[in-house]
Parts: sequence; C-alpha cells; structure tokens
Amino acid sequence: MHGRPRKASKPEDEAASAAKAVKLRSLQSQFMTYHHEKIYTKEAIELSTKLLEINPEAYTAWNYRKLAVEDSLSRIGPDPNLVKPILDEELRVVENALKQNFKSYGAWHHRKWVLSKGHSSTGNELKLLDKFQKLDSRNFHAWNYRRFVVELTNRSEQDELQYTDDMINNNFSNYSAWHNRSVLLSSLLANRADGFMPEKRIPDEFEIVHQAIFTDPDDQSGWFYHLWLLDQTVNVESPLLTSSWPSHGSSVILSGAGCLNGPPSNVTTFCSETGSFPLILYFDQAVGGVSPLTVTIDSELKGNENLVWEPISNKSSQVSCVWVARLKYFSSQPCGSKDHKVKVRLGNSPGIVSSRGYNFSAPYEFVFTVHVQDTAEDSHSQESIVSWTDGFELWDAQSKDLNSLFTLDQLNNGIDLKWRQAAIDSEIECFRLLADSKIGKLTLARLLMASEAMTLDAAVKGVYYEEILQLYNDLMALDSSHHQYYKNEHSVAFLHKVTSSSESLSRHLFRYRDMNNLVCLRLNKLSLSRIASVEKLLFVQMLDLSHNELHSTEGLEAMQLLSCLNLSHNRIRSFSALDSLRHVKQLKVLDVSHNHIGKHSVDTTRYLCSSPLSNSDWSQDGVRGQNPGLVTKYWDAYFVLRDLNLKQLDIAGNEIADDEFSSFVLQVVPKLVWLNGQKPGN
Amino acid sequence: MSSASSSQMGQLVADKHVRYILMAEKKESLESVVMDHLRMNGAYWGLTTLDLLDKLGTVSEDEVVSWIMTCQHESGGFAGNTGHDPHILYTLSAVQILALFDKINILDVGKVSSYVAGLQNEDGSFSGDMWGEIDTRFSYIAICCLSILKCLDKINVEKAVEYIVSCKNLDGGFGCTPGAESHAGQIFCCVGALAITGSLHHVDKDLLGWWLCERQTKTGGLNGRPEKLPDVCYSWWVLSSLIMIDRVHWIDKAKLAKFILDCQDLDNGGISDRPEDAVDIFHTYFGVAGLSLLEYPGVKAIDPAYALPVDVINRIAFTK
Repeated sequence: MHGRPRKASKPEDEAASAAKAVKLRSLQSQFMTYHHEKIYTKEAIELSTKLLEINPEAYTAWNYRKLAVEDSLSRIGPDPNLVKPILDEELRVVENALKQNFKSYGAWHHRKWVLSKGHSSTGNELKLLDKFQKLDSRNFHAWNYRRFVVELTNRSEQDELQYTDDMINNNFSNYSAWHNRSVLLSSLLANRADGFMPEKRIPDEFEIVHQAIFTDPDDQSGWFYHLWLLDQTVNVESPLLTSSWPSHGSSVILSGAGCLNGPPSNVTTFCSETGSFPLILYFDQAVGGVSPLTVTIDSELKGNENLVWEPISNKSSQVSCVWVARLKYFSSQPCGSKDHKVKVRLGNSPGIVSSRGYNFSAPYEFVFTVHVQDTAEDSHSQESIVSWTDGFELWDAQSKDLNSLFTLDQLNNGIDLKWRQAAIDSEIECFRLLADSKIGKLTLARLLMASEAMTLDAAVKGVYYEEILQLYNDLMALDSSHHQYYKNEHSVAFLHKVTSSSESLSRHLFRYRDMNNLVCLRLNKLSLSRIASVEKLLFVQMLDLSHNELHSTEGLEAMQLLSCLNLSHNRIRSFSALDSLRHVKQLKVLDVSHNHIGKHSVDTTRYLCSSPLSNSDWSQDGVRGQNPGLVTKYWDAYFVLRDLNLKQLDIAGNEIADDEFSSFVLQVVPKLVWLNGQKPGN
Repeated sequence: MSSASSSQMGQLVADKHVRYILMAEKKESLESVVMDHLRMNGAYWGLTTLDLLDKLGTVSEDEVVSWIMTCQHESGGFAGNTGHDPHILYTLSAVQILALFDKINILDVGKVSSYVAGLQNEDGSFSGDMWGEIDTRFSYIAICCLSILKCLDKINVEKAVEYIVSCKNLDGGFGCTPGAESHAGQIFCCVGALAITGSLHHVDKDLLGWWLCERQTKTGGLNGRPEKLPDVCYSWWVLSSLIMIDRVHWIDKAKLAKFILDCQDLDNGGISDRPEDAVDIFHTYFGVAGLSLLEYPGVKAIDPAYALPVDVINRIAFTK
C-alpha cells in the first residue's frame, strides 16, 4: 500500500500474480474450514503458518493460532519442558512474519500474548529489539514492545535513559529516542530520583539537545524536546494566581441596572440587573477545587453565605484557569456604611489542585473596596442603541487610575527563579548564534518572550518586544507555509507589549459618552489574528476589536465584565466560533457584521462548541420543538445565541444573514431590542 | 507520464476515481485477496468516497447491506469479511456504511452496542477484540461507533477519556498506549474521541497545533511524524486533527491541495500515497476526504471527527 511505484503491469507479471491469487485463495478457504471446525492438528497449524508467512495481516489466523496453543496447552499439562517448545514455535512464526512486515499489529500482539504466558526469555526479546532498531530506529511497534518488555523485566528508568543516550549518540536524528527520553526524564524528575534535580539536570539536557539542533537546523528531531525543556524551565509546577478582578488595592463602584444613564463616574463602575458582581480569579494553569473551603472571603456584604464558585469552561470540565463567584451587593438588609472592604484569601487550606496534580500552596490574599451606590431606578436601561463610531474620547488616564487595573503577578516567593533565569539567558546567547535559521529565530523569539514573562524588574520589562515582533516578521517571510502560525504569535506578542505598561495601555483606552463615560478598550485595525493578555484586561466592559483578522473569540470567556463587544470586519466563519461568549453573562451588545459567517463549508470550531455533536448539550425548548429543520440548519447560531442575553445584535454583511436567518434569530433571542440597527417588528 | 502540466493547482478527476472504486470492488487480484480480511474497511473507504463525490447511488445498496450482515457474529461484532472473526475495527466500518445509507435501523442496536461496550477495560481503555490488544485507536472506534448508535451511555465515558488523556505526550500529541510516541494517526483517534465526548479542553491546542502544522514538508504534503516522508493519508489525519482544534490556518492549504492532486493517477483514476506511486482505495479515500476538508469544489463536506459526510452526521445528531 505504501511506497510502491506506479507502473502498468506486464502480461507475464499479471499471470504470475493471478496464479498467486488463486493459491492464496485456496489456502485461505482451507484455513477457514479448519478454524470454523476447530481443527488443531499439526497439519492444520502448519497451514496457518504458511498463510501467515505470505500474509501476516490475516488477523483471524493469529486468533486461530492462539486457540490452537490453548488447545495444546490444555492437553499437555503444566510441565515447562513441554510448554516451552510450543511457545517457542509461536515466537519463531512471529519473527518470520515480522521479517515480511515489521509493522504488523497482529504479529507484535501475538508475541506479547506469548510473553505474557511467562515461559519465554526476555533477554532474547531485548536482543531481537536491538535487531529491529538497526533496521528502523523509528519503528514505533518495536519501541512499544520495548516498553512492554522493560515492564516485564523491571529494568530501571535510569538504564532505559542510558539506552536513549546510546541511540541519540549513534544518530541524533531519532525522534523516537528523544520522545522516550522525555518520558523517562520527566518521571525521574517528578520523583526527585537520585541525581535528577531540575536545576542541574535541565541545563545539562539543554547542552545535549543543542547538538541535535545546531548540527542540522532543519532536522526536527530535537525541536520538540527543546520546547519541553523550555516549558520545564519557565513554568513552575504549582499553580499561581496571575490576576483577579477586582484587583488588589482597587476601588469599585457597584450599582443597579440604571446606573449607566446616571451621573458621570470613573472607570471602576459596575452595573448589574441581578445585584451581584463577578469576583474573578485567573490562575496560570487549569485548576480544580476552588470553593468556599479553599477561598475565604471576608466582607460585610450580606447574602453571600452559600457562595458558588464556577469554573469558566465547558460543562464536562471541573477545571479551569478562570474561576468566578458572584457576590451579592444588594439585599433586603441595608448594609450600614456604603463602603465595604473585601478581603480574599487563598492557599491557606489545601484543595486547589492543578490538572497535573500539583497543589496551590503559597498563601495569598488581596483586598479591594466596593462602594454600593443607590440605583437610579429606571430599569428600562440600555434601550438606546450603542454606536461604535460616535461619542468616543481618548481617556486621559492618570497612572494612579490605571495602576488599580493592573495586578502584579503573584510574587513568586520561595520559587527558585535564579537557575531558571540563568538557563534562559544562556539559551538566548546560544540561539543568537543560530539567528539565520527558522528554528533559530523561532526559538529565540520564544526565549525572549519567556524572559519577559519572568522579569519582575519594571525598569527592564518590555525591552525585548520590538525584537520579538521583528523575529516573527522575519519568520513570516522565511517560512511562508506557516505564515499564520507566526502571525498568531506576533499578535500575542503585540498584545503583551500593549498591556506591559499603563502608559502603552492608556493609548487604547477611550471613554464612551453615551454610556456614562464607560471605558472602552479599542484594539481595532491592528491586524490582530489572535486574542491574548486577557488576564490583564479583566476590567474591560466595552471592547472594540473591529477591523482585525480574528476568526474566534477563544480567550474572551474570562472577560466576565464585558457588556459590549465589536467584532465587525473580522474573519469569523460561524457562530460556533463565538462559543466562549456563552460564558460572558453580562454581554448585551454584540456586533459581528461583515464577517464570513455562512461562507465556508468547513467549520473549524464545530467541536469546540457545546452541542449534541459533542454530546454536551441536548436541552430542548419551544424553538427547537417548532423548528427542528431550522435548528439543524443553523445549529451553532441556535446554541450560542440561546445562551446569550443580547439586547443589540448586528449580523449584516454575512452570507448567512438573509430574511430566513434574521427571523430565526428573533425567535431564538426574543428579548432583542436592536437587530442590524433597527427595531424588529417595525 | 500521468502528471499534467496544465493548471498550477491541477484538477480533481472525480469521474475517474468513481470508476476506479467501482471496478476495484469487483477485482479478484492478488492485492484484493491479500486484503480480503479487511474488506469492510475497504468498503467504507470506497463508499464514503463515492458519497463525497455524490455518487453513492451508483452502487447497489441492498447488495452491500446484505453482505455486511453476513459479517456479523453472534457476539454482535462484525468481521472484516464473511467467515473472519469479529473485531472492533470492522464493527465501526459496518456501522459507518449503514449510516451512509441511513440504514442503522436494520441493526439490533442493543446487540452491537453491547459488543462494543463489552470491550472496555477497567482502566477505561478498549481492547480490539476478545484477545485483548489495547490501543487508543480502539478508544476512538468505540466512542465513534456508540455515538452514531446513540448508546454512549453504555460505556464509562469519564474513564475512557481518562485513559486517552494518559496517552498524551509532552509534545502535545498522543500515542497508542501510555508512553508511546506521538503519531498523526493516533492523534486523530484521540482528538476525535475527545471531540465527540466534548472533552477537547484536555488538548493543549497550541502545543499540538504546532507539532501538527510542522508535518507539512517542502513538497506541501504532510508526514505523520518528524523526519518521515509525506503521505496522502496524513492529509486526513493531520488535517482533521488541526480542524478539530481550530489550528488548520497554521498550514498552507493550497500547497497541500496541490500535493493531493499530484498524487492522482489521471489516466486510470485512484490516488496514491505519493506522486507516481501505485494507487489504492485507502489513499483514494484519504485524498478525497482531505480535499473535502480543504473545501475543494465538487466535494461534499466531511465531518472531521466521525469521518462521514456532514449531512449524515447532522441528520443523526440533531434528531432525537
């Protein structure tokens, strides 16, 4: 099936081939008779041997042989001197079959089955494996079988690590050996085995993998191993809190639904119809176990005794980087003074655990103030249309206003940063020497990003961004097949740069007069192909991402305060791409006009959206009962829009947006006030 | 020589491929005798390709369906061909073919699903048959098959997902068993199984996405692992995986389409693993399926997780 040249067959070859076919056909039907009649005579078994020699993929023949062996064993009893020859014969047949096709699943499994009976020499097996390594060092069947034998013999991980050393020294271009090495080493490091301390071992491994990368920069064998080492250097095992909203030392004004039509306020005003505000915790990796037992909240706000913490993730997951609890601030009991301090503490009791099993252990607390404001009762708020073009002014923010928006990354107390920073600096020096190659530039860009992430010193922070952006520009030209990959990384680096200081962020902050000077973050017309740095933007309530190159809202689910979002003139291809917005319960205004919805037959977010397709949402309602055909046709619009509480939606300029679709939308979102700038029903 | 020098992109000779498939079904060549035991897979590849090219009507549905039923065992499982032993591989292909013809209703769904569910082990993994070979391919097959039959609740989905996640490697990919090297075929199986069970949050999409996009070689074709040759079948396994995790924009789709088209036998029909190699049904299916994922005109849309046309899967998923 693979690697055979295409050529017209000559008549004499055809004849020979046809003769072989007839012979094989007759062998097969004779075999079938023996198999169905359960005949396990010597003659019958030999027939199956012949069959497997010609065609090791005939799986039924391997099954037959197992039945024949069991039949023999049942008749001769347990004497090892009688059992061993029978099993040895099986091993011989397997070896012959493997000579025909050393990738035959059936052959390798049969061998495992025989070895599992416990009468065969495992020493022979390792010798056999050496032979196969020489034939093809990438044969994954052989490597898997090796792992099987190693487990049977209890060979140590250190010995197996040495084996990968030998393989790599023999030929660095052996991805299978590097892979195996990563498995063994990560286990040895995790167990803190003798001589396997990360701060010594990781730098040594960097040295080793350099040879693979520098000898031939186009050979991928060492690339992924190097990336793993980088991950081990940069990422601490235990989870950390990256940011929160409200952030430490900030002040927030909390009000009722009508507040946005009331008197002017500053940036930190939050209005809610439900009388609760989201307390957001953003961790550096997915964690579970966030609950009132593991996160304590001291405040005078009443009505929060049975607080529920939700992970912002799809329904079947109990872990997430982002956790939210909704704290009530209006209640039947008046709360005395209107300013309340809220203290949040975590890490004092165990229970917050990363998906890899590491505990959140460093105790951490943050304090913020909330001012509860009486509502201007008019609850028919936000009936007026939100415009994205008129009514904006650059917000001349004072740094003191902005500082409260930024949380410092949780201080890495007690974490040994020194060896990590030294390793990164050393790698940066090395890879500057490889700066002409693709892998050199890419690795250098990643190293510089890692270095930025680790830098706590505000004076030095941000120095690398220009270089990083240039490297990605170079890569887009050098390796055009992967253009979009580098474009995405460029957008990520760009957003990190924008959010790296209050000064750079303030250039993108505007005030929207018609909504009470609500602060709007404008990141339009920046060729952004990807969203990033959301952990620094949790305070954002109005976001303009129009005129960019986004095709998904992945990442925005953390923006729990977001009420207005502009995604017009992007590359959104379907409503399933907006699935993350289902978590943004505050969202009222959404503009997805002038995108590509309905233009493509392939939906790349089909399985990243909760629906019956991914067995994650079957709930029925009236709309589905009455319009099953339309629900199937517009399934993703149905499931996504149904979960949003939109007042204003723009879908014009998308191929999907005809009359049938527009009226379907109005059925699914009955509370919609504005569709495409008009009041429906007019 | 069969490579055309006409347009840059090349053309899909759909009619030739249809004829190739219909003829291959009837041949009694050495190749077809050797592949006798996996005829059920071959039928699935051939028939799905025909449906993608909107030519499923050219085969006799009754003939196919009655042959399929001769392959079913008393255990409920299906064999690769009449007389062979049952195996989970062929059970999925049988169910997939019946789904194409919208004939799932002829099955004793309880019996088939019990056979598949019975192959789940304590640790959540799946065996291929009673002889106990374990592989994440079988996890995918069980999940895909039971989802089509709407019997996913017959297995322990949580444990099944747990086992698949235990096969995740440090490069973001997946292997056949825990600790096994990442391979595009296994990755498709694991990502597909996670997609169908709403569990894609277990995948590090950026890490795996980069590993997958680096399968594109200078020829435009995709290989299955680092430093291996490109092969049309990876146009399916790598491409569908990239689509399921929304990272397909990280490869050059036009170059890949051109590679697939260059693997066609423009005279006799059929697609091969690499340009100028011998064609076969397997690569014909993967080439056409790959072109479907690349939105090549004239090819129906295929679902990246179930490997069946989107209209077939939508029909099954959205009706109670």
